[in-house]
Amino acid sequence: MKIKVKVNQVDKVFDVQAHEYLLDVLRKNDYVSVRRACDNTSCGVCTILLDDKPVPSCSLLAIKADGHHVTTVEGIQAEAEKIGHYFGQEGADQCGYCNPSMALTVYALKLENPKATDQEIKEYLVGNLCRCTGYVAQHEAIRKYLGDQS
Amino acid sequence: MKVVNHKTPSIDGLGIIKGRKAYTDDYAEKDSLIVKVLRSPHAFAKIISIDDSKAKKLDGIEMVLTHKDFKRIPFTRAGQGYPEPSPHDKFVLDEFVRYIGDEVLAVVGVSNEVCEKALNLIDVKYEVFEPILDYEKAKNHHTIIHPEEEIHQMFDIGFNPKANIAASYHMEIGDVEKSLSECTYTIHETFYTQAQAHVMLEPHTVNARMDYQNRLVIYSSTQTPFHVRRIIGHALEIPMSKIRVIKPRVGGGFGGKQAIHGEMLVAYVTFKTGKACKMTYTRKEVFESSYTRHPMRLEMRLGADKNKKLKVIDCHVLSDTGAYGEHALTVYMVAGSKVLPLYNKVDSVRFYGDVVYTNHTPAGAYRGYGAIQGNFALESAIDILCKKMEIDPIEFRQKNMMKENETSPIFAIMGEGTEGTAMMMDTCKLEECVIKGKELIGWDNIYPYHDNGEYIESVGMAIAMQGSGIPLIDMGSASIKLNDDGFYNLMVGATEIGQGSDTVLSQIAAEVLMTDVEKVIIYSSDTDLTPFDVGAYASSTTFVSGNAVYKAAKELKNEMLKEAARIFNTDISNIDFDGQIFTYNEKEMSLKDFSNQITYSHEQKQLQVTSSYVGPKSPPPFMAGFVKIAVDKDTFEIRVLDYVSVVDCGTTINPMLAKRQVDGAIVQGLGMAMFEEVKYSKNGRLISNDLLNYKIPTRLDIENLNTVFVDSYEESGPFGAKSVGEIGIDTPPAALANAVENALGVRVKSLPITPEKIMKLMKEKSNEKK
Repeated sequence: MKIKVKVNQVDKVFDVQAHEYLLDVLRKNDYVSVRRACDNTSCGVCTILLDDKPVPSCSLLAIKADGHHVTTVEGIQAEAEKIGHYFGQEGADQCGYCNPSMALTVYALKLENPKATDQEIKEYLVGNLCRCTGYVAQHEAIRKYLGDQS
Repeated sequence: MKVVNHKTPSIDGLGIIKGRKAYTDDYAEKDSLIVKVLRSPHAFAKIISIDDSKAKKLDGIEMVLTHKDFKRIPFTRAGQGYPEPSPHDKFVLDEFVRYIGDEVLAVVGVSNEVCEKALNLIDVKYEVFEPILDYEKAKNHHTIIHPEEEIHQMFDIGFNPKANIAASYHMEIGDVEKSLSECTYTIHETFYTQAQAHVMLEPHTVNARMDYQNRLVIYSSTQTPFHVRRIIGHALEIPMSKIRVIKPRVGGGFGGKQAIHGEMLVAYVTFKTGKACKMTYTRKEVFESSYTRHPMRLEMRLGADKNKKLKVIDCHVLSDTGAYGEHALTVYMVAGSKVLPLYNKVDSVRFYGDVVYTNHTPAGAYRGYGAIQGNFALESAIDILCKKMEIDPIEFRQKNMMKENETSPIFAIMGEGTEGTAMMMDTCKLEECVIKGKELIGWDNIYPYHDNGEYIESVGMAIAMQGSGIPLIDMGSASIKLNDDGFYNLMVGATEIGQGSDTVLSQIAAEVLMTDVEKVIIYSSDTDLTPFDVGAYASSTTFVSGNAVYKAAKELKNEMLKEAARIFNTDISNIDFDGQIFTYNEKEMSLKDFSNQITYSHEQKQLQVTSSYVGPKSPPPFMAGFVKIAVDKDTFEIRVLDYVSVVDCGTTINPMLAKRQVDGAIVQGLGMAMFEEVKYSKNGRLISNDLLNYKIPTRLDIENLNTVFVDSYEESGPFGAKSVGEIGIDTPPAALANAVENALGVRVKSLPITPEKIMKLMKEKSNEKK
């Protein structure tokens, strides 16, 4: 069946199967920044924004995205660069597999709660697992990004 | 130093966070065939028959592969030097299955869906055997897990499969029993460490295609591309000249990718059919069918004299390698070789025991690689001994631990699978690490504990050492090329897996060549294009590959000076070069002019050099880890309030990346110390097979990490560096166990240290009082 999705502000029509998840459909269509890791919404690596809210795409049936706006990190390049700059300054880049989804979630946090406290930042991002950094570097970077008014 | 020892951001972080194509699966051909594996439902069985007729008739199924399709060539999947110190006990596909999740057969089809359908249509009949699910009963069990005749060891590793022994080892210095009998204080305790899962976020992934030269090109998420090429060539009898392995960005490895996973099947299908092919493990497969950390039982006997000097360490270890013997011996030996020298003033040391087969998911390489298991046992035992002697555990360590310019005979005796190499500790700032850590955690204000009403606060600590590559075995090499316009290419076989090695190696080259990191364009790990390197393991990259880069950059600089001297028509000693300008008397020539001239004008040539490095020693990094915890008095839940890591890893090439690498290792170690555990059902099925049932630390579990470095300069390292990749993971288990005892007076001797275990011990303690 065909679904209409606005991906990164561009109208797209995808031919999908009933059982297909959005993650697979996006990867098939070359949105490779969306990556697979846990298969069951536990780790946050496949996060996309559905109408600006972070959602794990590994368990969202593609047909449910019909008529909605999907944002991948390809759609927020300037913000991702800004977030990436703070990550670099804190040494928060390690394997980077979780970083595009992290950037999307951090960006969504800024839209939703730009004055988030330390505890609110941790709670908002608790589903975004990272096995490399130990989280402290990311936390410092995220705090600095939220404080950036430019 | 202008580049080295500066906090350079990683060179690749921005491109990656912006979502550029980077990881293995991003490079798979769009119409790749899919490989899916049918996995064993039995812990131990023989395949009697396979009916795949219905599956083969499905539209879109290309082939079904069973053990009958492969010549019986035993090999090891462990990505180690050659000859491997792991037994050759694995076949691509075998008629035996040895754990729930083992490979039975593979289907190859045009989509995931058709492969899944095919798997459901295949009927396999098994003869089911009694499995061995308790490693303490494995040795000489009537079930023999590897009865096949072809399997063998490459050299003597104590391999005895008929007794279910993958490897065994024994060493003794002095006379342990005699020393113990002379001691005033002795303890005898047994510790258990659990299987831990790597949980690198990128699952094991591989894809392949034939190129226009009819060569097999494999993209693999691996830590050891050169070993992958060799092992595939051997097991599939494909000439190595026909194989190219490319390692794109790796989404975390931690040792889990220091081995062959889907590579063998994917390589076979593509080589056989000429069609592109790929395989990505599901998370369930990553948990059930890749590797875990080796679980161990460590029996420790320590003895001290009346002056509270440690005199003897006796260590009997049993390790569970699961169904196959990957890294069986070497992980085991590291539990001794990178732990026992910490206390080098003893009269006698013994380290002995076996690594046994069981019908569990195989164990393999994992950050810490035995050292974390050994460290938990030894550093827990030291605190127990200190309690008995009523001496402050820090004072005791300061008296007995390794110091600078000292050595231990263990270094010469125990290597990784073979004999070791004698070495002096030219740099060992452990004393400073302990003093600084004690101060930073506020030890004297809390030790042993502080009752806060609802909570008890306490502190605990442990010391650790690791290595920097395997001496006289691990080799790294680097090529550097000067390009027109005056920038460089650095080609290394070293494997960036997220630890930042591309950045750090570029910094080393840039420092030698007196240029900026941006002028050094690095390529890592393509077996056709980059020079050989053993890969990312054994904490070797900065030290071994870094030394190769250092040498290569020095040689290139010398070549450049020679050419400049030729152009100026003078002797090389008359030329000055500051990285930008060559100067001879009053004459100047910019690097840009120089490189353009030798590329395009007179007597043109390409300047490029290759250098290799193999270390005569493996200078250990040292560390003192201090934890501050709050234990709930009713539930015994533990909050880690602070973790102070004071590290001597020589001079850090990139202090920021090194600090964050230690941070990450601490959190991984805390996961193992507090709650991570691979769990099996009674019949051997892995229960903790997804991230809902296997919990790794989240950002809510971590309150404060304080990682600092002491001033240190290791003469044999590039710009004074030692390694830093693994050392951080070693101290959390013992430091936490010690803190719990300081808080509550009970000793947890098996990992993870859970509230349930503490509660049980507290009940026993209160019953004893009654």
